[in-house]
Amino acid sequence: MRLNALWEYANPVKFMRLTDRVLPVVSMLALAAMVVGLVWGFFFTPDDFRQGSTVKIIYLHVPSAMMAISAWFMMLVTSLIWLIRRHHVSALAAKAAAPVGAVMTIIGLVTGAIWGQPMWGTWWAWDPRLTSFLILFLFYLGYIALWEAVEDGDTAADLTSALCLVGSVFAFLSRYAVNFWNQGLHQGASVLRAGALAGDTEERVSNVFAVPLFISMAGFVLFFIALVLLRTRTEIRLRRAKALIARERLS
Amino acid sequence: MMPELGKYAGEVLSSYAASLVLLAGLVVVSLRASRKAKMALEALEKGRQDG
Repeated sequence: MRLNALWEYANPVKFMRLTDRVLPVVSMLALAAMVVGLVWGFFFTPDDFRQGSTVKIIYLHVPSAMMAISAWFMMLVTSLIWLIRRHHVSALAAKAAAPVGAVMTIIGLVTGAIWGQPMWGTWWAWDPRLTSFLILFLFYLGYIALWEAVEDGDTAADLTSALCLVGSVFAFLSRYAVNFWNQGLHQGASVLRAGALAGDTEERVSNVFAVPLFISMAGFVLFFIALVLLRTRTEIRLRRAKALIARERLS
Repeated sequence: MMPELGKYAGEVLSSYAASLVLLAGLVVVSLRASRKAKMALEALEKGRQDG
């Protein structure tokens, strides 16, 4: 495969033409995977012997928290592409992804609090993972506000890209703080624990729960892609409309 | 039909309700914005051709 061919989709016209065909397929796949994953998880899984039925919250909490962090990394990559190669579609894709990531963060926080209350005895703790995740949420709000606050599109893209670079520290900490900062309540990664996959330890999410969880996670990934494509298309059209209005004013 | 949720029914159901409302809200807002932008751009392009 020619890797250079990928850059063709930085052209807005080509991007629109491609997503016109891809978006319906991705949307249907996202809907199917989310329905199967969540229905399976909610209706057809047993209770955990310690956590009771609260284990069902995992089908929302883990995928949404994963996407909250992954969305920021996707924004980081597209922001870097904007900074280095000045492709407008890339900057607009980052802009389009932010509200989706922010909603994923809210879902992660809300379901985490509801789950934490009965299991940890508290809605919230200033645990490294929880705290960095909350700061990530604030970065999402700041990022969205910055896009809205700056009139000129290119300047807004530059400034938000810089903000995205800084915020990546907290996206990184949300993901990895549990591994090296062992003083929190939140457990480490147990869905895909390398030791358990290799058979060294039994301690990981049991397959009874893991299979619907993986389907739900795939659903959330596809949901994110579908919404980002849809919202990037909106941003491209808005940018084009703005350019047309500016041109008319000039003539 | 409904699984037996025991004493944590409130927690589980409110998690699902809150998440589904947030996800649906995001979809509705995105679709509405998409439709609005499409119509606005079409009107502009049409005006340009006519004018």
